[in-house]
Amino acid sequence: MKHIISPLDLSTEELNDLLELATSISKDPKKYSSVCQGKKLATLFYEPSTRTRLSFEAAMLNLGGSVLGFSDSASSSVSKGESVEDTIRVISCYADICAMRHPKEGAPMVAAQYATIPVINAGDGGHNHPTQTLTDLLTIKELKGTLSGLTLGLCGDLKFGRTVHSLINAMVRYQDNHFILISPIELKIPDYLRQEVLIDNKIPFKEVQKLEPVMPELDLLYMTRVQKERFFNEEDYIRLRDSFILDMEKMTYARHDMLVLHPLPRVNEISLEVDHDPRAVYFKQAQYGVYVRMALIMTLLGLNK
Amino acid sequence: MLRIEGINNGIVIDHIKAGRAMIIYQHLQLEKSNYSVAIIKNAKSNKSGKKDIIKIDDTSNLEIDIDILGVLDPNITVNYIKNEKIVEKRHPRLPEKVTNIIKCKNPRCITSDESERELPHIFKLTNREKNVYRCIYCEQMYKRN
Repeated sequence: MKHIISPLDLSTEELNDLLELATSISKDPKKYSSVCQGKKLATLFYEPSTRTRLSFEAAMLNLGGSVLGFSDSASSSVSKGESVEDTIRVISCYADICAMRHPKEGAPMVAAQYATIPVINAGDGGHNHPTQTLTDLLTIKELKGTLSGLTLGLCGDLKFGRTVHSLINAMVRYQDNHFILISPIELKIPDYLRQEVLIDNKIPFKEVQKLEPVMPELDLLYMTRVQKERFFNEEDYIRLRDSFILDMEKMTYARHDMLVLHPLPRVNEISLEVDHDPRAVYFKQAQYGVYVRMALIMTLLGLNK
Repeated sequence: MLRIEGINNGIVIDHIKAGRAMIIYQHLQLEKSNYSVAIIKNAKSNKSGKKDIIKIDDTSNLEIDIDILGVLDPNITVNYIKNEKIVEKRHPRLPEKVTNIIKCKNPRCITSDESERELPHIFKLTNREKNVYRCIYCEQMYKRN
């Protein structure tokens, strides 16, 4: 049985099949409206994440299936001290597939070891969030037409941002991609990612601290939030935060076909005025998130053929 | 120079990084055994300046997994002694996977969760050249030189 715990659990071939299915779904969602009839998705959310949970639930409902689950650990038997192993053994009797969100890193992997149904990692602490990466890949493929030969700008908190780490890991598997990493020095990508993923694999990249000068080079700009609590002092935060806020003035440096992506929720790192620019695709990205989760549920249930 | 008598039949674990002898000693649970054991700390070493050595006499019933010892200290050598002579010298080859040898120190890892006390700590070798292990759950790195 296949589980999705890390974005790299799918080979590039499996990934291509999945993205193709997601594209077909996006073109004609009605055609798939009853493929999961009689099937149940359990959403096991040990910490609240409304957006991700609703995206999974919408995906299953769109496929004609049903959903059950809990949305925080206080309302589940976890609050009584039940282990992930016991919980998943029981849930395996109730549902056909499950999506698990957990504050502890590796919890979905523990679940996968004992589950008799497919487990999807819906985010484990600061570690992995594979369906966000699938969402990002589908958005890029749909709107750029390719996953290769791109110059990707990643901006903001590159140290703690798991979506950034996963996207880099996923995009280095495709040919001729370049990375421009834009962040304050304090929030540069972790050493292991720089060394083991980029340098060891001879992937072209550069690290810069200003957005404007590199804007004309980018095929897409992946924005993340620079959080105040990541800084040692308020002075540094105030000094740096504006450099990492995307507004229309900075957008004037960008190519006419550059795309702006964001995993959402956005706070203030993208000005509201940018929402009206056709290059801002982060709300479309949320729609692609539903399509790719539909494709993933179908694939893991063996209903994709 | 401190003088420790040689052993007739037994094992000498040599080239232990200075200060790590007790980790090896505890892993082998030698404190519970009846073997005659000598621990030499901070012995002179041409290679690294200082090293620790453990000598265990009459080890007929002692089984040592050298590869696991390599996880704790990759530079050790194990010398098998018979009639006061070294009959075999072995170097560890790091195992692909180790269970409950390395403890994951990441406080955000599922292994640190109160409800998951029984969960084994499992690490996989991800880079043999650099002696790098990673926790299978959270990918926390463990590296011993």
